[in-house]
Amino acid sequence: MDDRLAAAWRLLPDYLSQHVLLSASALVLGLTLSLPLAVAAARSPAVRWPALFGASLIQTIPSLALLALFYPLLLALSSVSQAWFGHGFPALGFAPSLMALTLYSMLPILRNGVAGLTGVDPAVIEAADGMGMTGRQRLFRVELPLAAPVIMAGVRTSAVWTIGAATLATPVGQTSLGNYIFSGLQTENWVAVLFGCAAAAILALAVDQLLGLIESGLRARRPWRIWTGAAGVAIGALLATAPLWGGGPAPTYRIGAKNFSEQYILVQLMARRLEAGGARVAIRDDLGSATIYRALAAGEIDAYVDYSGTLWANVLGRTDNPGRAAVLAGLGGGVARRDGVRLLGPLGFENAYALAMRADRARALGVSSLDDLARRAPDLVLGSDLEFPSRPEWKAVETVYDLKFRRLVSYQPTFMYAALMDGEADVISAFSSDGRIEADHLTVLADPRHALPPYDAVILISPRRAHDARLIAALTPLVGAIDAQAMRAANYSVDRPADKLTPAQAAANLNAHIGR
Amino acid sequence: MIQLDAVVKAWRGGPTVGPLTLAIASGEFVAILGGSGCGKTTTLKMINGLIAPDAGEVRIEGLAAEPGYLRRRRIGYVFQEIGLFPHMSVAENIAVGPRLAEWTRPRIEARVAALLTLVALPPDLGGRMPAALSGGQRQRVGLARALAAEPGIMLMDEPFGALDPVVREGLGRDYRALHEELGLTTVMVTHDVTEALLLADRIVVMEAGAILADNRPGVLLADHAEPAVRALMETPRRQARRLEDLARGAAEGPARDG
Repeated sequence: MDDRLAAAWRLLPDYLSQHVLLSASALVLGLTLSLPLAVAAARSPAVRWPALFGASLIQTIPSLALLALFYPLLLALSSVSQAWFGHGFPALGFAPSLMALTLYSMLPILRNGVAGLTGVDPAVIEAADGMGMTGRQRLFRVELPLAAPVIMAGVRTSAVWTIGAATLATPVGQTSLGNYIFSGLQTENWVAVLFGCAAAAILALAVDQLLGLIESGLRARRPWRIWTGAAGVAIGALLATAPLWGGGPAPTYRIGAKNFSEQYILVQLMARRLEAGGARVAIRDDLGSATIYRALAAGEIDAYVDYSGTLWANVLGRTDNPGRAAVLAGLGGGVARRDGVRLLGPLGFENAYALAMRADRARALGVSSLDDLARRAPDLVLGSDLEFPSRPEWKAVETVYDLKFRRLVSYQPTFMYAALMDGEADVISAFSSDGRIEADHLTVLADPRHALPPYDAVILISPRRAHDARLIAALTPLVGAIDAQAMRAANYSVDRPADKLTPAQAAANLNAHIGR
Repeated sequence: MIQLDAVVKAWRGGPTVGPLTLAIASGEFVAILGGSGCGKTTTLKMINGLIAPDAGEVRIEGLAAEPGYLRRRRIGYVFQEIGLFPHMSVAENIAVGPRLAEWTRPRIEARVAALLTLVALPPDLGGRMPAALSGGQRQRVGLARALAAEPGIMLMDEPFGALDPVVREGLGRDYRALHEELGLTTVMVTHDVTEALLLADRIVVMEAGAILADNRPGVLLADHAEPAVRALMETPRRQARRLEDLARGAAEGPARDG
């Protein structure tokens, strides 16, 4: 079997169990909330329009955004709860994903519930009332049984949506089948992307078929079909989530990673070190660049690698650039004072934002620095990653060099390099530790006016682990141990188009290279 | 004993029904007769509390205040659309009332079997679903369902209105016999003069929310001071005469009665 396929299979029990647990919980919660709401809405138009409007409105929010919005909301609630009751709750991972997916699952159930209940023949309602049924009896003996097939059709739609949307829980720190897709996209591992899509699709289809059996059983009043379908769903959910019930001790440490190859490798490297010391480690990868620092400050993850320039500008809000050493020195005190976060130390390499061009194109245009670029920019297209245009670094470069591009296009980093090579973009916001710079023969444009801050990779430790001897002991050997050459090689081993390594394999190589 | 004391129900955009005062004795078979919109259905539904009067009160066996659903369990209710529960078999439909009254299973089963016989349906019909029945069979099931919990009072709203004339006449006669046999008190709403005359002991004629006449069929047929009532009672006989003439082949011209 293909290496990548084998690696994907190994991850399946973990990803699938979490995916099933998340989508099943969201669906059950969604059903619990929408059914009573559907009953109230069917009874009273005063409830019906606001409820249906609200559910439709939620549906118009892109699901990824809905998931992302719950993070700041929960974070705020958690800090309120911390202030009032003395303890907060996790704002990343399961909780925000569950809430967003629950809301997302409600519309089809609500809409079909209202349609099913209001669609009951008025003569049947009159008969039920005329026989002396109470409102409750009428609901449970007449209206719900008659509306059940229609409601079940809504549950089916909702289940398919929820299973699909659950893949988007990955960026808020909830492991799901989306991990295949997000990390596969990042490392150009199309086997993983396809594997994730197929797994999610097969899961959705299987659930849809089983729920369809229940629906047809309700429609044709065939109890065995209803029970077969229900048993299928229940047994399937139990089997899929079995790895979670195995229990095992809770992880000792949770470490985080942002959503690109270097981060996947470094998180594996840190996990490897900690596990060698006997700790259990849970990895949360694909976290957004802004949320990951807040997750660390809130203690939801214990450690991760960030970059000095990013922290300098985005966390401390500084716009000046006093130089590499001064930034590093100022940063440690800054994050400690602001959030109690501990900066363990720099790893030894920089991963700076750097504007890069294809070497041949740069030569043809006579561009070697950002000053040269400014003259040519009005004819050129800048390709960037998704966050660069909204980051202070871009504002700084733009202002300092008075850069005015013809057009600005954002890509997933993987596609950003592809766009440069295809000529769709003339300049990209590359990463200086990226192996592709060398491999693709890119020219990194000089920054003579020092508009871009330094980006030393640094290990950050959460406030509550700031003095955790075991964690510190395991991670301190990494400080100063990885030079730019080693990191670039490791990155390229994961990103290269052929003969790819998994991030874990690259981490193992890097660990051997460190040799301590 | 059903007693309506000056009950009033006002409808937005329609005529006000009442104030109506009406006493119906146990064992009586009363037909409420009138055109559409005269308030006959409203009157019927105020008796079992499906419609709450704006003023006045309705007493059943002297009892004025009780939760509506409890009152309705003691009153059988049959209406034109029948409203059989489509997700229940015939037997389950008939068993609804007894189950609400929390009868024991064997008693319910015996009752269902007895009722199928009583309304002249084959015993094996119990397992069928309502969708598989003819219109006449459905209304017989509706009747059996209304009778199942042994009510003393039956309220019927155009119960045979949707049936073809032959079935309709047969079912009407059968019900009249059941009324005697079971000692029921029946209030039946109809717009069909012949049906009211042939089935009821007493006819209440309503128009625009008020009672125009209230007497035995024979008395009303003989004569009435109110021209509208007189015209109404004249209709069946006039029709009968025309039918006689037609049968004799003596065409008297196309004059239509109004």
